[in-house]
Amino acid sequence: MPLPTAEHEVWRYSRIGDLDLTAFTPAPAHTTVEGADGLDAGPELLAELTADLPVHDVFDELSAAHHRTIAIAVPRGRVLTEPIVVTHRVTGSGVAHYPRLVVHGGENSEFTVVERFESDDDDVALVVPRLVLHAGQAARVSYLGLNLLGHRVWQLGHQQATGHRDSTTLLGTVALGGDYARVRTDARCVGQGATTRQVALYYADGDQMHDFRTLQDHVAPRTNSDLLFKGAVQDRAKSVYTGLIRIGEDAKGTAAFQTNRNLTLSEGAWAESVPNLDIRTNDVKCSHASTVGPIDDEQRFYLESRGIPPEVAERLVVLGFFDDVLAALPVGPLRADLRARVAAKLSHRLVEAAT
Amino acid sequence: MKQHTLEIKGLVAAVGGKQILNGIDLTVRSGEVHAIMGPNGAGKTTLSSVVMGRPGYEVLGGQVLLDGEDVLALPAWRRAQAGLHLVMQYPSEVPGVMLADVMGEAFAARGRSTDGLAGVLRSETEGIGFNTALLDRALNVDLSGGEKKRNETLQLAMLRPKFAILDELDSGLDIDALRDCSRRVEALTNDPDQPLGVIAITHYNRLLEELRADHIHILVKGRIVAEGGPELADQLERDGYEAFASPAELAADDAPAADAAGAYDDLFAL
Repeated sequence: MPLPTAEHEVWRYSRIGDLDLTAFTPAPAHTTVEGADGLDAGPELLAELTADLPVHDVFDELSAAHHRTIAIAVPRGRVLTEPIVVTHRVTGSGVAHYPRLVVHGGENSEFTVVERFESDDDDVALVVPRLVLHAGQAARVSYLGLNLLGHRVWQLGHQQATGHRDSTTLLGTVALGGDYARVRTDARCVGQGATTRQVALYYADGDQMHDFRTLQDHVAPRTNSDLLFKGAVQDRAKSVYTGLIRIGEDAKGTAAFQTNRNLTLSEGAWAESVPNLDIRTNDVKCSHASTVGPIDDEQRFYLESRGIPPEVAERLVVLGFFDDVLAALPVGPLRADLRARVAAKLSHRLVEAAT
Repeated sequence: MKQHTLEIKGLVAAVGGKQILNGIDLTVRSGEVHAIMGPNGAGKTTLSSVVMGRPGYEVLGGQVLLDGEDVLALPAWRRAQAGLHLVMQYPSEVPGVMLADVMGEAFAARGRSTDGLAGVLRSETEGIGFNTALLDRALNVDLSGGEKKRNETLQLAMLRPKFAILDELDSGLDIDALRDCSRRVEALTNDPDQPLGVIAITHYNRLLEELRADHIHILVKGRIVAEGGPELADQLERDGYEAFASPAELAADDAPAADAAGAYDDLFAL
């Protein structure tokens, strides 16, 4: 298959035209897994979960050809108190990594998986991760993807989460790194009473671009979804959020909400927010909201009128802006570290007069 | 006891190209309580905004001297550090930002130690009748009108400025909260080390009685048209502004202009 172009609606606003696939050679990432001893999915379950993975584009094809799979299955009724942590480290420049993570939560299981993506700052690489996640009946599965890649790594991620009857799935994303970093997330509620919640914090600086596509796909009746994506852009960075709530003919009694808020912290930064609804039945509760704008002048003046210098007032407002998404992420102990990373990004903002 | 002086001299200011303040003169010393009363659109909120340095206001002339130093060239945060404070009529909601963090940063920015800050904050909070559970809430988010004003008064008491402008501290306050807030301010004006000087913008005598205002200034169309002692407020209550200005001057045709900088100004005042 050829590379897609930004002419394709699904790649609209993307930087896909900048990608030179020939510059990267497929190679495995350096991957470690903690906290999953004895939780390997067997070959039969793995085959079942990956049997009908769609092949939409060349990246799906490449992933099918070169993927390295980590498959985790938490048995029925099992509750894990510590998160499973999967870490992928880019192994150098000129490589393309195709990690695939398959997660299955057995009936009434409860656990959290954290997937970290890391690289050195000067690595020029491509990472094409795939996530396949199933929450079985009444399972409570939380996932957090952390993009801590260097500023020269491309990421083209695709996540597919499926919630079965009465399950609860939390999909968290934190994107701080990458050059052009895209994550597409399809969250499907296929069993009655299934609930998905999606939360993201993204913050791009320099020439970074973060690109999110989300689908809240309601197939079964009485399902719930709630999405809160919050981002910031500074310097010459860009971000795009495109979200669709799709409520199918059979999904009566469904409630679906989508909120995307963006802070533009520099004149030269750009954020776009494109919410969409596709509702094919009655008797649903549905709403979406999106905002793009700079720090509120009244908030800034309020803090400055207390004697707080502008840079400190901005730090308070920006950290405050992200406070609710940080609180909603599935891994509490990471919060302080993430706050520090956000504060560090803000403090490195280029002085506008100097650019 | 430290004595300080805030002098507003010939202050002329505009909002959105429209001149609102037409030459204000007012001198406040430590421990004094001055009230500014006036009809809607007189320029009361503009005066407080210009003195504190809110963006969007243009100073066309005059000075604001704090102990002889003109503060008009300073940004708001420098004015606050120099000792000015504004109790806002409509305090902004700042999502995700806790009062304790704001006070910590405000202390640090003044070079004041933050040791024991949490304890002082707690006791001040209790003293003002503000629910300590609200300290863990984001600044002003989901607070009632009365809670916001208790919060404003609490910050004033924590920061201990030399001078405070109270922009309709009494609006949106029930009678209990009005008493708690005004008593706290009154106590600050009697502080033996640094008695607070106050400019209270208000429509009501009740606040002035609680605060024991010593000077009343009546502001009409951006000019102080009458000054006197507490008896002036009584006269105003009895006779209305008609006793101090012509019907043409009291016409509210220019009232919306005062809101142009984004404040609600007097929209909701009685």
